[in-house]
Amino acid sequence: MELAEILQRQPVWRGSPLLAAVPAVSTGFAPLDAELPGGGWPSGVLTEILADEEGIGELRILLPALARLTAAGRRVAWLAPPHVPYAPALAAAGVDLCQLAVVRAPGRRDALWAAEQALRAASCSALLAWFRDARYAELRRLALAAETSRAFVALFRPLAAASESSPAALRLALHAAPEGLELHILKRRGAPARVPLRLPWNPIVRPADALGRPAPAASARGNAREPRRLDLPVHA
Amino acid sequence: MLAEVQGSLRYFAGLKPLVRELTGGMERLGFELRLGLGRTPRAALWRARSGQARLAAVPLDLLDADAEFFRSIGAATVGDLMRLPREGLARRCSARVLEDLDRARGTRPEPRTFFVPPRRFSAALDLPADVAHAEGVLFAARRLLLQLEGTLAAQQAGIRRFELSLVHRRGDPTRLEIGLASPARDAGRLGHLLRERLGRLPLAQPVQALRLEAGDFTALHGRSGGMFGDAAADAEDWLQLVERLRARLGRDAVHGLALYPEHRPELAWRNVEPGEWEPRESPRVGARPAWLLQRARPAAPEGLQLLAGPERIESGWWDGDDARRDYFIARSASGAMLWVYREAGEWFVHGLFA
Repeated sequence: MELAEILQRQPVWRGSPLLAAVPAVSTGFAPLDAELPGGGWPSGVLTEILADEEGIGELRILLPALARLTAAGRRVAWLAPPHVPYAPALAAAGVDLCQLAVVRAPGRRDALWAAEQALRAASCSALLAWFRDARYAELRRLALAAETSRAFVALFRPLAAASESSPAALRLALHAAPEGLELHILKRRGAPARVPLRLPWNPIVRPADALGRPAPAASARGNAREPRRLDLPVHA
Repeated sequence: MLAEVQGSLRYFAGLKPLVRELTGGMERLGFELRLGLGRTPRAALWRARSGQARLAAVPLDLLDADAEFFRSIGAATVGDLMRLPREGLARRCSARVLEDLDRARGTRPEPRTFFVPPRRFSAALDLPADVAHAEGVLFAARRLLLQLEGTLAAQQAGIRRFELSLVHRRGDPTRLEIGLASPARDAGRLGHLLRERLGRLPLAQPVQALRLEAGDFTALHGRSGGMFGDAAADAEDWLQLVERLRARLGRDAVHGLALYPEHRPELAWRNVEPGEWEPRESPRVGARPAWLLQRARPAAPEGLQLLAGPERIESGWWDGDDARRDYFIARSASGAMLWVYREAGEWFVHGLFA
């Protein structure tokens, strides 16, 4: 019997790559959307983002989704961020600052309590939280709270947490890569991911001057008649 | 307390439910109630004071009449007095007694002015025994909160702040000031906030008495459960979340973000109330990092690979916080994208392009 015939005749369960029926917010990056169940960041479950280094793109992957959520009037809470979420950068990425709230929690217990409160509130549509350590039972509570509120929850934890078991439905590990960000999907609903994902850097960090203008064009160099302009932009 | 209830009978669906609600409410507040009903204020007053259901059975002691004399002629109650001939009564006792009888019967009007509650609330409660734990304080405070809710409901008002003082046997009272994100009067919500605050408060001494004070009443109309209430309910829910977080973590623990027109990057943003910022046109600036470090960190230029720049920012000469910096986007040896600047030859990391 041919394999195709068997698959056709007999009821054979096939591990289909991804569940389609998960409510999700598009990440804004097509290669990442293709690898996530539901085609985006899942709602109503915990998502863990594990990284040890900062500044490798851990927020960049979230900003388009946050921009979309806040533009729709949904509210986003940032809990215990390690640095100042810089308003000009967020605004430039399209995030509506009016829908954000930043919560500073001094202790571990306070942070977990605040996360639970935010997830219990129906008005909080997304929560970004930074936890160093969190026990399975505590994460389970947050997962239950997220289920009822159908919020998108991104928990940032150190890479060492990858070896711990977690009730999160989606777990990503981030590493710096030469031309962008390397993303390992450690856990997701559906078939496990085999190959790490490479997300190249946003074009804004092409060699250009820091004002976002493209690098001086060839014409300025070629045309001798063109008056030489100082390339140094000055704010005063 | 005299209350005109004829106008409210329809709302309460009858006298019995009204009486039930009244007695229930009074008991919750800790009062004992003696109720009298009548067609006139005076009749109701007499009935309540004497505990008699029938006006005729009210004893004469309540009136300003010479009870001794009337008892000697066999009149002990108001009913007896009303059976006596009017001219004889007018001669034997003061005109006031006759007037009171007329008022009770309803033949003489007795206008009353309605009570106008003050725009401040202040109530105290002595605790029957010294309380040494927060739960006990909360239990007692709930009664005061119910009173506050009643006062506010009567005036269609809400408060944004209230103060609870815990009086100890010795020393100054402990003052707790609780702020709300939006005007409210619901005793449950106020109690919730109070519980969060009391949970964090170490009671140095047992509490003998409580005092609740609130002023600054603002108009707050009852919300009718609306078909279109979703956006408003959502906003209310968010404010309550902010409130709850602040009650436990402190007022400064929750804030919103806003842009500020300022060249120096560390001042180009502000802490505000969540949602308080009005988007306005802001000048176009170069790439900005998603993370800004609280304080710029000195960096070694050797490990940095400069990718873009410089962006010269020179500002702040007027407030003494001079900045003359060249900003670059750089990649560190570990692959992180940094926002660095060079000021007077020294290099610093100011942000991370996360």
